[in-house]
Amino acid sequence: MGVFLKNRALTFIVLGLLGTVPLMMYWSGSDYLSLATKLVCFAIAATSLNLILGYGGMVSFGHAVFFGIGAYAVGIPSYHAVYGELDFIASSNGFFHIVLAVILSALFALITGAISLRTRGIHFIMITLAFSQMMFYFLLALDTYGGDDGLTIDERSQIPFISLDNPVHMFLLSFIILLGCLYLVNRIVNSRFGLVLQGAKDNEERMAAIGYNTFAYRLTAYVISGAMCGLAGALFANSESFIFPELIDWTRSGELIFMVILGGGGTTIGPVIGAAVFVVLEKVLSGFTIYWHLPFGIMLILAVLFGRTGIARWFERQKRPGQSNE
Amino acid sequence: MSDVILQIDNLAKSFGGVRATDNVCIDVKRNETHAIIGPNGAGKTTLISQLSGGLKPDSGRIIFNGQNITKLPVQKRCHLGLARSFQITSLVMSMSVLDNVALAVQAQDGHSFKFWKPARTLERLRAPAMEILRDAHLDDKADTIVSALSHGERRQIEIAVALATKPELLLLDEPMAGMGPSESVSMVETLKALNGKKSILLVEHDMDAVFALANRISVLVYGRIIATGTPQEIRENQDVRHAYLGDM
Repeated sequence: MGVFLKNRALTFIVLGLLGTVPLMMYWSGSDYLSLATKLVCFAIAATSLNLILGYGGMVSFGHAVFFGIGAYAVGIPSYHAVYGELDFIASSNGFFHIVLAVILSALFALITGAISLRTRGIHFIMITLAFSQMMFYFLLALDTYGGDDGLTIDERSQIPFISLDNPVHMFLLSFIILLGCLYLVNRIVNSRFGLVLQGAKDNEERMAAIGYNTFAYRLTAYVISGAMCGLAGALFANSESFIFPELIDWTRSGELIFMVILGGGGTTIGPVIGAAVFVVLEKVLSGFTIYWHLPFGIMLILAVLFGRTGIARWFERQKRPGQSNE
Repeated sequence: MSDVILQIDNLAKSFGGVRATDNVCIDVKRNETHAIIGPNGAGKTTLISQLSGGLKPDSGRIIFNGQNITKLPVQKRCHLGLARSFQITSLVMSMSVLDNVALAVQAQDGHSFKFWKPARTLERLRAPAMEILRDAHLDDKADTIVSALSHGERRQIEIAVALATKPELLLLDEPMAGMGPSESVSMVETLKALNGKKSILLVEHDMDAVFALANRISVLVYGRIIATGTPQEIRENQDVRHAYLGDM
């Protein structure tokens, strides 16, 4: 079973469009490139959530916390690189930012996951929500970094040979990282580890009875997922060059869940489609009316009601037995 | 190593005021099929759950292969060679039959923190799983999703999954439950083929199946073992006839 084997046509079409259309629009004069980069960042975050939600059955209602940690892991060192103080983390080195974002998110996932994964169902939802709100209020209280006003990033991450101030570079870097994350998740879910994860989603009792410590596998997936989401946040911070505590707010986590469910949890391309529909719809509707939340909400409800298994599965002719979908 | 593979020693478990397991002692000999019978509510499933690790006993010991496993969690007992099937079918419903068995093979093949190679192409997992399915005459169902199978087929696959963990002792909780007559016959055939090769502790309501399969039988009534013996002895035991079989 190779990677990108089933449903790969849809995967390639979606990624092909996503990789070319924003650039062509940019070069022909209409600038939606930063919107596309934002979309790609959310697609990475949704892909990371898909690993634990779509394949692992863990409904994390606090996943945006990793996104925020990644964003602040860029913003805080960059702030000190420009304005001094705290020399030990002051840096505008992009590799330092990314490593910091990934390590801090992974660490936060390890600690909170070790506690929250002892619970199931609604309790897991509530405890992940609680952890993310804790971080939300912590960032609100950080006056040095703007508190609830947020923090403008005056100097983006410095990476050799490319300039993140250039929107094309910024977009391409994010897009390539998205491709890498999709490939990684795809390898993981089809590996031994991935099958154990999916087995435990379906029947945890059975997996324990044949000898698996399901907790350890779930926690590992949670840490990988958190780290990946932190990476998305680091890219987002660079793209917007502005970060704020609301990045972590529970409504953000809800949006990520929505993207996964809408696009198709447990499929490779689903979260990307979900993120795209979400970001584009939000943009289009907010252009018509300031009350865009209402039609937006109604459309999302309809999409979930009538496309329960997600957009990515509309194009499947027939589900192949026992295979995870691409 | 002694010829007793599982020694249940004075096991007790209460729920509120009910003694569901009341100082139960049973020895299961190596490679025998030992059946536990008893009327509804006698505490058979409670007993099996304590053996597999799902429930903690209040007191008493469970000795498996000379090792005290009373306090070990489910997955550790499994690695020592204790496999159970569930009274209510428990399989990974969204996966294929072969996937289910291969996951059990994989569980015995070191840790599964392997993130890169596609597991469904690994011969070392697929080949042994396929062999188990062939032995159980289920190989034609290998690629079928479990949720698409009949109840009887799922029960057969449960046994296959349990066997794939290379157990020394199989705990079977009512394998015939809910089966039609022909399904029961084929399940009896499957289990008969294991007689003398695997140690089996069988909890079952179907008396025809029990008397066809068991080398020895223990009778559980209100959490207490009232008799243990060969099928012949149990048939002739007055207490059993009185308490359980109904004075026939």
